[in-house]
Amino acid sequence: MARAISTRRKIGITALAWALGLLIFFPILWTFLTSFKSEADAIADPPLFLNFHWTMENYFAVQERSDYFKHFWNSVVIAGGSTLLGLIIAVPAAWSMAFVPGKYTKDVLMWMLSTKMMPPVGVLIPIYLIFRSTGLLDSKTGLVIVMTLINLPIIVWMLYTYFKEIPGEILEAARMDGATLREEIIYVLTPMAIPGIASTLLLNVILAWNEAFWTLNLAASKAAPLTTFIAGYSSPEGLFYAKLSAASIMAIAPILIMGWFSQKQLVRGLTFGAVK
Amino acid sequence: MSTQHSRSAAKLMIAPATFLLFVWMLVPLVMTIYYSFQRYRLLTPDRRGFIGFDNYVNFIDNPAFWSSMGNTLLLVGGVLVITIVFGILFALLLDMPMFGQGIVRILVIAPFFVMPTVSALVWKNFFMNPVNGLFAFAAKALGLQPYDFLSQAPLASIIGIVSWQWLPFATLILLTAIQSLDSEQLEAAEMDGAPALSRFFYIKLPHLSRAITVVILIQTIFLLSVFAEILVTTNGGPGTASTNLTYLVYAKSLLSFDVGAGSAGGVIAIILANIVAIFLMRAIGKNLDS
Repeated sequence: MARAISTRRKIGITALAWALGLLIFFPILWTFLTSFKSEADAIADPPLFLNFHWTMENYFAVQERSDYFKHFWNSVVIAGGSTLLGLIIAVPAAWSMAFVPGKYTKDVLMWMLSTKMMPPVGVLIPIYLIFRSTGLLDSKTGLVIVMTLINLPIIVWMLYTYFKEIPGEILEAARMDGATLREEIIYVLTPMAIPGIASTLLLNVILAWNEAFWTLNLAASKAAPLTTFIAGYSSPEGLFYAKLSAASIMAIAPILIMGWFSQKQLVRGLTFGAVK
Repeated sequence: MSTQHSRSAAKLMIAPATFLLFVWMLVPLVMTIYYSFQRYRLLTPDRRGFIGFDNYVNFIDNPAFWSSMGNTLLLVGGVLVITIVFGILFALLLDMPMFGQGIVRILVIAPFFVMPTVSALVWKNFFMNPVNGLFAFAAKALGLQPYDFLSQAPLASIIGIVSWQWLPFATLILLTAIQSLDSEQLEAAEMDGAPALSRFFYIKLPHLSRAITVVILIQTIFLLSVFAEILVTTNGGPGTASTNLTYLVYAKSLLSFDVGAGSAGGVIAIILANIVAIFLMRAIGKNLDS
């Protein structure tokens, strides 16, 4: 008897949760559907949900008109490049803070975190002027540098929380066996650290991909990533709903898929290990 | 425990990250502060010179500044209230036994991965547009007059868009926190006959307090800097109705080319963010000790 009631309850909760989940997801779903409509169907009144003529033409039109692949490649270079560069700088730092903590390790960590509190708009002008005079404005190199620096504290922190969980005894055992620092890193630490590094990489690609303050202000055309590409659809092309939808889906799809795989790391990374 | 050798190696390994962040923080900060005391317009760059606090006085003595401060507070506060209240409700719901929990989680988390420019344009065109938006169609179907969200209530509309983006973050963190709650305690309370509402207020909510603090502080840092959503929906308008501090500084410096005034605004933004940051560092620092 009790079981029957709890099953009914479970079905009720399921229905409510699914309804709310779909409601939150609806804008993305609607954009996805609209991207396969003709422009006339996209603004039909009453709106067409599934019963329209499906077409891929918007995707080709977007590529032809605003060169999606160029912007996609810029996003890949900026998000991927800054993450890799960040990891190269952060892995040694996080490694030494986790395994050879000194008197000031905690202070250094907190200080690194504090640089993240600097509102970007507070340093927009100097960066803009420096970039303008050094030719870094609207260049992928410039954006990779900025993205690396703004995400470096998060990368160090995430790696630090992961490295902390690797038992230090294993390293000491390796040291006793006469492993050099280099060998210790390559043969002992790296295999154990790979999952943490992979999660850090994933989260940072997502953050850099979606970053829209520096990219909008520093990259107008040549180095413009997808954030800027979409902003270009603000007007008047925004009135072409089907094409805007196709462009939007093309901009968010890669990261949406990556994001779904990184839910757990997301919590940990964005709270600097405060919630796990 | 560790040898002298590994200690100096450790210092060497921290050095690049520390040095880069130090330069990244210090150089622009010093420059911003320096420019904020200069008359420096990009259109008349030869008329540069020290003008004391004039930039600050002009920046603050401007109705746009005060309305931008108000808008910043409303934006941050509004989004925080919406995301935390609904975040708690969603987290409680998602914690209950159901079919397809993983899929619901995926649906709820999705908006967080949508880049700000896309979510702003999707809401602006497909939902809030007074002619072809879904809200307008719904209003017409109900025999009502379509409402022009972004010109009638620009700030509220932006609060709505930004809340949609951040609700997943709050939900996910609060859900993670709820799931770490010791179930024995709840079962004991249930056996003692504590009703659901008091179980929530006396056990779950106190357990969530730390996660809520973290959500408030981290979101505040990001919400103080909301920019792309305003740029692609309203451009801060009509007038300055949806201009926040970040957008005002951008408009001053890159639209009016007034480096001095923009820098003064930047310094004010830094001071505000630091006040928030002090609280954040305390909360996270506590965790580091435990």
